[in-house]
Amino acid sequence: MKRRLLLLLPLIGFLALSLFLYQGLSLNPFHRESALMARDFPAFDLATLESPERRVDRSLFTNGELTLVNVWGEWCPECKREMPQLLDLAHRHDVRMVGISWKDTREKGLGFLEEFGNPFEVNIFDPDNELGFELGVFGAPETFLVDGGGVIRYHHVGYISPGEVREKILPEVQKWR
Amino acid sequence: MALIRLLLPVLLLSLLAVGTVHAGAVEVREFDDPVMEQRYRSLTASMRCPTCENQAINDSDAPVSGDMRDRIYLLLQEGVSDIEIRDHMVQRFGDYVLYNPRLEGRTFLLWGLPAGLVVLAAILVVLIVRSRRNASAAALSAEERSRLQALINRERTE
Repeated sequence: MKRRLLLLLPLIGFLALSLFLYQGLSLNPFHRESALMARDFPAFDLATLESPERRVDRSLFTNGELTLVNVWGEWCPECKREMPQLLDLAHRHDVRMVGISWKDTREKGLGFLEEFGNPFEVNIFDPDNELGFELGVFGAPETFLVDGGGVIRYHHVGYISPGEVREKILPEVQKWR
Repeated sequence: MALIRLLLPVLLLSLLAVGTVHAGAVEVREFDDPVMEQRYRSLTASMRCPTCENQAINDSDAPVSGDMRDRIYLLLQEGVSDIEIRDHMVQRFGDYVLYNPRLEGRTFLLWGLPAGLVVLAAILVVLIVRSRRNASAAALSAEERSRLQALINRERTE
């Protein structure tokens, strides 16, 4: 009898493997961790969207204050939809926000801020994907949480819903502030 | 059979047409050095586009794939080695972009599991064969023996 039960072992093994692989089917391949997690925010030297003469670099993120960095573009509909959430984070929760105007023209970027509001302290102008490439950005919107020492602590791909602000962004902000 | 023979050229031609339409999406690059061209081809074929679920960057018209091809071209011109170019991309876009993940602590299970399973199966087969070899058929009881004899006898008389 005992030996008979042993014959079931391969079947049990197969079922366990199937269950494991079946879970993989419902995973979203875009929800993967950024390669830059727990690493320094990359070095850059770019003009701001607001003024072509003002140049900013990494020191923007090493002044001891936690910053939420949002990559956006005027051409990106999801970015427009998440603007109310970002404004809420900046004004109601006092989170310092920096924008990256990504693959856009200055004119369209400024028009976007005029129309949908501007939660950002400053916007880094990155029309040629210089900083975006260093950050491994593959589509807008993407959001990075950078701690006071300039280290990337959290990464969100895609649209941020009001629920995600409560359940994901705010807890991370509390954790790293 | 005749139908297949008739349809086959049509099918092949339609495949060809799809191939040529697709090739138009990716830019053509000039190389002075054929070795560098070959390296460019194999590098862009071995990396996965970060936004498309399963497409190499040499075959994808996603903007990020175009930027990655530009960067690979630039790094090749600067004389950077293939390994360094792969590292360059992994540092920015993660292990996801490599179709063949590198062998390191985290990927040990991935590479080792198939080999481990083959070895385990071989050990099991050896063990089973050995235990069978020593096993002998149980002796027949008196009742079974007489039944066997009866069957043999019936066979002979028929």
